[in-house]
Amino acid sequence: MSVELLSLIIGGLTIGAALMVVISKHPIRSVLFLVVTFFLISSLYILMNAQFLAIVNIIVYAGAIMVLFLFVLMLLNLNKESEPKTPKLALFSSVLASGILLLVLIAAFKDSLRLQHVRLPQQKQIGLVENLGKLLFDEYIVAFEVSSILFIASMVGAILLAKREKPIID
Amino acid sequence: MNPTDPTFGTSIDFYVILASILFTIGAFGVLIRRNMIVLLMCIELMLNAVNLLLVAFSTYYGKGDAQIFVFFIIVVAAAEATIGLSILIMAYRNQKSTDAGLFTNLNG
Repeated sequence: MSVELLSLIIGGLTIGAALMVVISKHPIRSVLFLVVTFFLISSLYILMNAQFLAIVNIIVYAGAIMVLFLFVLMLLNLNKESEPKTPKLALFSSVLASGILLLVLIAAFKDSLRLQHVRLPQQKQIGLVENLGKLLFDEYIVAFEVSSILFIASMVGAILLAKREKPIID
Repeated sequence: MNPTDPTFGTSIDFYVILASILFTIGAFGVLIRRNMIVLLMCIELMLNAVNLLLVAFSTYYGKGDAQIFVFFIIVVAAAEATIGLSILIMAYRNQKSTDAGLFTNLNG
């Protein structure tokens, strides 16, 4: 089976899973389909020889962020009955608006579509941890350190926001 | 399968179209859904569409810089999901609902 056919199949499955995220009424089903979408996108990364990002995508997105979403869904005890309804007019107008968005995106990229093929095996090494690590700790070290500050800020913010306020006793 | 064959591999326009469709599906979800958690998930979907396009062009040009950008996008998305979900839990305590239309007390 050629790489092109494989990526076509995986791409079609990705679009289907992403549509199921949006369409399915049950929030837990949406989360699970989003996990499926992330796994399929990771396999597309592997087909493009970006092995490090494929693993990071699975560990961080499917492993950490989606589990956080699942925890919040189970904490809030949401189900199909509590799902808010969308009005018919909003449904129609959002179908129209996103159709126009897709049309504009495809029209904007139309000239770029005469590019050559992605020749996957020629730069086989760039997606490996060794090369990306050299690049990350060489050129992008400042951004890497700043992102650690961002993480501490978001951690403190999450604890402060989610903490239940103590009742004031006078 | 010969790796030096220029027709080997997938063409870049497949990834451009796939990323456009995924981004549109994410935007469609943001427009159509009222549940705050599903809105956050649709934003993650749009971020992933952009990541896919960045990785495709990183492979196309043979440079690793775009993959570092994807790494940072994943970092920022993790921080964003944490803060978004904690704001959501706080709003749920007051509102007893995750309907995005009910969060009118968030505007200034």
